[in-house]
Parts: sequence; C-alpha cells; structure tokens
Amino acid sequence: MTITQILILAFLAILLGWLTRKRQRVNLLLTASVLIIFWLQPALPLRYLDFFLPTFSIGFTVLAWTLTASPEERYKKETKTSAAITLGIILLLAATRYLGLTNFLTPTRPPAIGQILLLLAIFTVGAFLLTRQRPSSSNTLLWAGFALLVAFFIILKTPALVLIASRGWRLFIGQNANLASSSDIHWLGYSYLAFRLIHTIRDRQSGRLPDLALGEYLTYVIFFPSFSVGPIDRAERFIKGLRQPENSYRDDILVGGQRLLLGLFKKFVIADSLAMIALNPLSSTQAQNSLGAWILLYAYTFQIFFDFSGYTDIAIGLAQFVGISLPENFMEPYRQPNLTLFWNNWHITLTQWFRSYFFNPFVRALRKSRKISAGMMILISQLATMILIGLWHGLTWNFLLWGLWHGLGLFVQNRWSGWAKVRIAEASISSRAQRILSIFGIMLTFNYIALGWVWFVIPDPVQGWQFILLLWGAA
Amino acid sequence: MSLKINPWRLLLKAGILFAAFNFAFTMLPTSSGNSVSLYNNLVPGRERLPFGENPTDAYNLSLFDIDAMFASHIISDGLKSENEYRVVIVGDSSVWGTLLRPEETLSGQLNALNLTNADGKNIQTYNLGYPTISLTKDLLVLEKAMEYKPDLVIWMLTLESLPADKQLTAPLVSHNPVRVRRLLADYELKLEFNSDALTHPTFWDTTLIGRRRSLADWSRLQFYGVMWGITGIDQLYPETYEPAKIDFEEDNLFHDWAPSELPLEELAFPVIGAAYSIAGNVPLILVNEPILISDGVYSDIRYNYFYPRWAYDQYRNVFSDMSLENDWVYYDYWDIIPVDEFTNSAVHLSVAGEEILADIISEMILFEAAR
Repeated sequence: MTITQILILAFLAILLGWLTRKRQRVNLLLTASVLIIFWLQPALPLRYLDFFLPTFSIGFTVLAWTLTASPEERYKKETKTSAAITLGIILLLAATRYLGLTNFLTPTRPPAIGQILLLLAIFTVGAFLLTRQRPSSSNTLLWAGFALLVAFFIILKTPALVLIASRGWRLFIGQNANLASSSDIHWLGYSYLAFRLIHTIRDRQSGRLPDLALGEYLTYVIFFPSFSVGPIDRAERFIKGLRQPENSYRDDILVGGQRLLLGLFKKFVIADSLAMIALNPLSSTQAQNSLGAWILLYAYTFQIFFDFSGYTDIAIGLAQFVGISLPENFMEPYRQPNLTLFWNNWHITLTQWFRSYFFNPFVRALRKSRKISAGMMILISQLATMILIGLWHGLTWNFLLWGLWHGLGLFVQNRWSGWAKVRIAEASISSRAQRILSIFGIMLTFNYIALGWVWFVIPDPVQGWQFILLLWGAA
Repeated sequence: MSLKINPWRLLLKAGILFAAFNFAFTMLPTSSGNSVSLYNNLVPGRERLPFGENPTDAYNLSLFDIDAMFASHIISDGLKSENEYRVVIVGDSSVWGTLLRPEETLSGQLNALNLTNADGKNIQTYNLGYPTISLTKDLLVLEKAMEYKPDLVIWMLTLESLPADKQLTAPLVSHNPVRVRRLLADYELKLEFNSDALTHPTFWDTTLIGRRRSLADWSRLQFYGVMWGITGIDQLYPETYEPAKIDFEEDNLFHDWAPSELPLEELAFPVIGAAYSIAGNVPLILVNEPILISDGVYSDIRYNYFYPRWAYDQYRNVFSDMSLENDWVYYDYWDIIPVDEFTNSAVHLSVAGEEILADIISEMILFEAAR
C-alpha cells in the first residue's frame, strides 16, 4: 500500500467509525471492504484477472460461509441484504466499464458485464447447491473446501505453477501465451483470506465456530484494514468488536491515530530508509568484505521487522477507527532470550494459527502412534511446522531452508532449555548472573534469527551459503 | 477505558506545533557552506561527485545541494597535507566517467601514475566532473572547489557546453538560483535572458515542508554512502550499451544555427573569464576535450552527433584566438582519441581512451606544475 492509499483509508475509516456507531454497522463496513479490495488489487498483465481475483475472493468467502453457517443463519433477512449489497457493488463496479469511469475503483477496465454475470451465477448456484447438502456429506464438503483453498495456495506460491496458470489464462482470454511470466499473478490478500477461511472451516468441524451472519462473515474475512497484511484475527474475537464497539468513538480515534502514526513512521521512515542498505540478492554478491556483509544483514533484519510491524500498526490503527480492536502481531520479538519466545512474539497471529491448525493436531496424531520418543516427536513436529511456515512464503528451496533453520533452532533450544533449567536451579546462581545469561540469550537468539534471514532473502541457496561464508570471512 | 483527551483539541495543538516548527525552520540557513556527512567519517568519501538516475541499483543519486555533494567527495577528507600537490579536474560526464569505474576515469588513471612534481610532492588528482554540459554548471563546481585549495585546476570543456541557452537549464544550476545569481552579478555575466530556467525560491520553500526534497536527498545520499562503502559501486555498468552514432542525416545545423559564422554573442565565453577570476592565483588550464571524429555516412558534414564540422572548426579557431587574447592557458586535444575508443557518446571514452588521454594530461600537469 502506498502512503496515499493509507491516508485515504484512514480518512474513510474515521468517517465510517462515526457513521457506524449507531446503525448499519455491518452493512457499511461490508460495503467499504468490498469496494476496497477491488481498489487495492494491483493491475495485472493478464486481462481482466485483476477484476476476477477480488470477485473470486468474495465468491470463495460466500461459499465458505454457506458451508459453515447453520441453516437458520442462511435464511435470515440480513443474509439477503448482505448478498444484495455484495452483488450490487460488484455489478456497479462492472458498470464503470460503460460509464467512462474506468480505473476509478478498479485497476484496469472491468470485463464485459455478461462475463461477470456468468461468474456470479456460478457462485450463486454453487452456494445454492451447498445449502441443499445432506448433513452426512457436510464434513466431506468442508474438507473439500479446505483442500481447494490449499490447492490455490500451492499454485500461487509455486513459480512454475503460476507460469502454467498464466499461460492457461492467456490462452483462455486470447492473449499471447509466450509472454507469460511467473510473476503475472498477484492475488491481493489471498494468503490471509485462506487462513481465515480455513480457520472457520476447521472450527466449524470442531463445533467451535460461533453463528455468523453472511455480512459478518464477509466483513471478518475481507475486513479492509487487515485484508492484505493481517493480523489474522479469530472470528469469535473479531465479531464482538464488529457487533458492538468496545470503546467510545473519541477514544478509538485517539488510540487508532496514535497507532496509525507509529505505523507510518515505522514503515515509511525507518523501514524504507533501511531498505536502501538492506541485504538483497544483488547486494549479497556485491559486498566486498565481512563487515559490509554484516551491515547489510542487520539492516535487513531491522527493515523486515519495521516494515511488517509498521503495516500491522497501520492495520490496527485503521481498525480501531471503526471500533474494532485487532490482535497484536509483534511484541518486541528481537528482545526475546530464546527462539520459542521469539516465535511467540513474531507474527503472533500466524504462529497461533499454525499452532492451532497444524502443530497441535500433528502432535496429537504423533502421540497416538506411540512409536517414537518424546525428543523425536518434538523434532518432527517443530521441523514440520516451521517448514510449513517457511513454505507459506513460497514453495522454493530457500524458504524450505529457512523453515528448517528455525525448526532445528527450536529443537536445539528446547533440548538445551530442558537440560539447563535443572542445572541453573541447582546452581542457584545470582540475579546478576541470570541477567547476564539473559542478555547472552537475547544476543544469541537475535543473531541466529538474523542469519536465518539470509535463506529468506536470497532465493538461490548456493548464493545464500556464499553470503554466509562471506559473513565469516571465509568466502 | 476513557482517555479523557479531546482528539480535536489534540489535533489543533499538534497542528500549531507543526506550523511553529515549520516556521522556525525558515531561520536555518539554506546553505551553510558545509554539510554534515557520514562520508569521510563513517564511510569512505566518493571518488566523484554524486550523480545517478537509478539510486537503488547504482547506490548513487543526483541532488542539488552542492555543499552535501562536496561533503560526500573524497576531497573533503581532512586537510590537504604538506606533501600534496592538489589537482582538480572540472568538466562534464566525460570527466565524471560515464560507464567507467572510479579508477578508470581520467583522474583515476592519473592517480595510478603516482606523479610527483619538481618539489617531490605527490600529485593528487580529484575528479570534480559532473554530468550535464554547461559552462555555468562547471563554474558553480569550480567556485566550490576553490575552498579545497587546489594547486592546479584543469577544466575539460567542449563546444556543446557554450551555447548561452544551455547555461542555466542544467538541473544543478537551475536549482541553485541564489549561488548562480550571485555569480552572474559578481562577474557581470549576461545570461539573464534565460534566467527563467532558475527556480524562484519563496518563503514557503525555506520551511521544513518546502525543504523536504533536499532533506530527503541528503538523507538518501548518506544511506547510499553506506552501500558505496560496502560495494564500491557508484553507477550501473551495463554489459551492453548503444554505441555513439557515426552515421548521420544530411544535417549541418548546430543549435538551430546554420553555417556561416557561429554567433559569438550566443556563446558563453565570458564564463571562462569569470572562472579565471575565481581561480585567482591558482593556475587554470583549459582543455578542449577529445571528441569522436566519425567516418560514417555524412561524416564529411558532421564530426559527430553534437557537431557539424563548420561549427566545431570555427569554435576551435575562436577558442584559440580568445585564449591568446586573454592569456588563458589552452590545450586542444580534440582529435587525439581513435574513433573506436568512444563508448555511448561522442565525448565518453573507453578505458583505453582514458589511458591515452591520461598520458597526455600527465605530461601537461608535470609541465604546469614545474612552472
């Protein structure tokens, strides 16, 4: 997001915060969110796809709601209103093609109205058919929805598959397939959309999902402040703030404004300045000595933190303007004395998501097998979780290595902590010595994380290894 | 939770504070003569003045703050030592070294020769070239360079830098209106006819908001200095480039002037006189820099992209005559470089071309340094 876009969103959020205090809260926030996901979607070289992708986001969300909602929710009056608002906005945006308002709220000219009507009809029929499901097939359909979301995720995160998809779309739409590239498809917010939908699907399966009206569900999934950058709120938490703001409008403006300013400063002053000297694939080959390499690496280490946490602050601030408190995502992660605490404080909502929907079920499954030792179970579960988190950034070797790096680090730290805890207690060391140990732990953890960023930022693992050698003066 | 704070009152107070801070900023001088810099302190000074149109890849950028530019240059690294004979070279992109690494430029190659003068002092050469062709731009650089106590100034110039309509349009010139107007006034240079090119700073331009561009440029210059220190890169070096043209249309115009006589009143020769005044007792040598002499289509009409033969030949004669008349020290090296040793412009030399030029210029320096 550009600073101009953020300022426009801030103005809109302040206005919405005021308008929605008394009435039409869900409808107004839904309207704004639908409009904004079209507005924020970047222009793509694939014709009309930048209109269809936000439409898919909404369509998938409606289908997921149909799968997870109770029959009573489906037939409420509010459901029809929310559906009408959503369809109406999409059709109005499509109509800009004929009103000379091209690029007004969409990145490029929308497709012909017939194509959009056809797509909307497919989603509507899909939703209708899902309402006709037999209770016995409900769980199967939920798993199918889960699999579909993961499949799209894999396609979008695998350059070779994006290339195939781009070629396919070009052939379908009548563009030159030879011009296809693996960077052609950028589906704004798909990762976070998928996380939220999977969360609701899995919670529906376990019976923990609260009843949500269509408008509430849609607003939760495509809520404009957090749509593209997180945090990944839980539906039951989000819905409380959506139904009734916790604080007064005045307090929300103050708290949100403070958070927004902090986020803007972090992102556009600190992170963007550090970006000029941060490690990147090109500069990793240009550094002439070890000292320079460390400067690049530390600059990147802080840049990624300020960039990400800055955007999170902006999202939290914007949400606060409309009376919704989003969860914290970064709580001094680089000041933690071990890797476990780092992950408890870095991209917190993502870590919690993986803990809830992968780590815990995976550990339970391993326990059932009863054939492996406790140590091995920790190693396997931590490696698997961290590799998955790595691959969430892209299905490439460097992200796999980054996940492996953190998985191994967590395992070693877990074993060390277990061993050292007893001995430190037995030695009854002074508080000063404990403080020194803690500082040593912070420094060690910070540098381990910083070194891990090498795998994250340099796509070619061989080049990454060369850079690590340079850091130690061995290149 | 209630914060007991009125947000609108807070906003008003913040606005007033911001406005007050903005106006307080107007009291700070726009040019202090010196600039705080990481260069030559935390990071090494640059070997040429900062210039670049692709900062994220070249770790260099174009800015208009001459003090900050010089503060980033290696010439600002401490005081001149007793054992140094300081030579500064002023000129356009051919001196700056487009497509050349710092050590491959004219001054880089001269320094590699480890020259000493008759007194045994080390001859240290500084690259103060700056892309864009304008004598007035060179004059601005020269004026600042004199603060660094050179023992000899070499000014590489070419006809293209002389037309009066080019004098004030160079970005470095047009964005330094106060300095330029002072130079025009001090040396009675009559370039006002195109002084519309100069920006007209208002009171608002002196506020924090008004100065945001120069502050941001200064800040980016410092950050890219770190990258310069780490990588030693200060421009992009493409593997291929479009070579200078050697085939031309049947066109004998030079700046809309048709053959007969160059309109001398439209050429900025008086700027050279001003440069001699600025240099004072420090020897100033004028060098007509080498140009590409093409052997392609219509090369009987044009030497190169810039010059039809009639105009360039006249310019050389006029320059030579004026030098004699004004006691200017003038060397004409226009044709010493073979056509193959030019790169992407009729004045940009290859490494081998710079080597040829450095050999000749080194003899000239030794001769002048002995006088």
